[in-house]
Amino acid sequence: MTDANGIEVRGLVREYKKGPRAVDGIDLEVAPGEIYGFLGPNGAGKSTTVHVLTTLLPPTSGTALVGGFDVVKDGPRIRGLIGVALQEAALDPLLTARDHLRLQATLQSVPKEQRGSRAEELLHRVGLADDADRKVSGFSGGMKRRLDLALALVHTPRILFLDEPTTGLDPQSRTDIWNEVALMRREAGVTVFLTTQYLEEADVLADRVGIIDAGKIVAEGTPAELKAEIGRPSVHAIPRTDEDRPKITEFLARFGEPLASTRDVAVRLNEGLGLTDIVRAVDQNGVDIADLELHAPTLDDVFLAKTGRTLEGAAEESQEAQPRR
Amino acid sequence: MSVATTQVGAIARRSVVRTSRQPASIIPPLVFPVALMAVNAGGLASSTELPGFPTDSFLAFALAVPFIQGALFSTMNAGSDIARDVQTGFINRLSLTGLRDWALLTGQLAGIVVLGVVQVVFYIAVGLIAGVTFESGPAGIAVLLVYGAIVALCFGALGAWLAYRTGSGETIQALFPVLFVFLFISSMNAPRNLIGVEWFRIAATLNPVSYMIECVRSLIITGWDWQALALGFGFVILLGLVSFVLATNALRTRMTRT
Repeated sequence: MTDANGIEVRGLVREYKKGPRAVDGIDLEVAPGEIYGFLGPNGAGKSTTVHVLTTLLPPTSGTALVGGFDVVKDGPRIRGLIGVALQEAALDPLLTARDHLRLQATLQSVPKEQRGSRAEELLHRVGLADDADRKVSGFSGGMKRRLDLALALVHTPRILFLDEPTTGLDPQSRTDIWNEVALMRREAGVTVFLTTQYLEEADVLADRVGIIDAGKIVAEGTPAELKAEIGRPSVHAIPRTDEDRPKITEFLARFGEPLASTRDVAVRLNEGLGLTDIVRAVDQNGVDIADLELHAPTLDDVFLAKTGRTLEGAAEESQEAQPRR
Repeated sequence: MSVATTQVGAIARRSVVRTSRQPASIIPPLVFPVALMAVNAGGLASSTELPGFPTDSFLAFALAVPFIQGALFSTMNAGSDIARDVQTGFINRLSLTGLRDWALLTGQLAGIVVLGVVQVVFYIAVGLIAGVTFESGPAGIAVLLVYGAIVALCFGALGAWLAYRTGSGETIQALFPVLFVFLFISSMNAPRNLIGVEWFRIAATLNPVSYMIECVRSLIITGWDWQALALGFGFVILLGLVSFVLATNALRTRMTRT
């Protein structure tokens, strides 16, 4: 693939001195105009991959082309066509939002006569027009993230890297960022490489998802494809009393393979069966159940199937392992 | 205007703007050196009665010290600001633009020079208000402004090197007292030939800061002492060159990008 707006990575490795391989031979392709979600727990290698693709870190081995340019040989050219919002919104607390945008526009060689209007446009776009002349030290986390996004867009990049853009944000700010990212792709055809540890974020935003764990990509595809790989949905029945549990367990076993659960009684449905089949059987047999839920497979189920751990559990393990780095 | 000049200007502007928004970075370099000078001028005024003392105004003699002491504040401020950029990741943001390494360093130092000149104007104004006569006249005051700018630039480069090298504001703060030792073991309070304690006289003679102070002092109390000027300019430019090379290398390491 040599398209000017795509990303192509082959056998990418990044090792730290006296440390583990943060990125361990990954291959991936991002098509022009695609939103690619890079999903994984803390310490999985997401940010290191972004640092390599944005030319901030040289790879130990392997190749990576961004917009058709090699990250090792063509750093300056790549920096001219990408926009980046790194994990920490690195802002100067003493500058205002407008100061930041003007500085960024100047350093990104936006023509002088366009800098002011571009700053205004972006301030309105990310909802910071009323706070444009306030020092960033007084901004909330969501405002800082939105300014960070605006800064990444100042030179109208063709490819955008967003490293955990919504981590630590409240739901409203998270939704605002999602809407903005979706809008950029829809209106400007920007290619987006988005890292996240939020399943919902990858599910809502990404056209395709790569799941990374311990430096390796363990699964890749559209969210629907990945969930389909896991297969059938599960049905969860909540007994009205604990005494009902054995009876319900025996009843549901007719419909699928039992799943371990302490909260409810759950089965992975057999091929061709749906919730309606169970509801009908419950009625016909007079089984007393407090509630009945159908769970479609989630990306967490995909992560569990591929790594043997839940995403949340992997994040905790990773945090415990952090001091070794 | 070339791209590089525009980049230097943008970084310098940021440096000045952020300093102007931090009273704690502006007031101490102006007030503390002048306050120390006032205290010394009060307590050491009788030194002027020593045979061979070069002036009968200790205030005129002591006015040279704030120029160098203010530069030490510039070193610390420049270093702390740059270290903060490293710690917060702002330098990564800059690395991801088309900003050239040397343009970043030059821009940051240009901002420090602007502030250094403001400091020198303040010290000269205080001296004039206090009745100090500048023996070298208006031309000497102009040279003082130029020298103040060069001192700020060279000491700023030293601060920049320490900041890029360590990336730690705390380390910069910890080094400040060490730099002050150089000031105190110089000829700040007495001409070298009148220092009675031998080891102190030798230390002051070996200390480049003595020659920087004497350069400024000569323009205030002597007139045009070409040897003092040559030594003062020579040592500070040497310090600047060494610091600039070290800072450039440290910055290149810090702004690792392909």
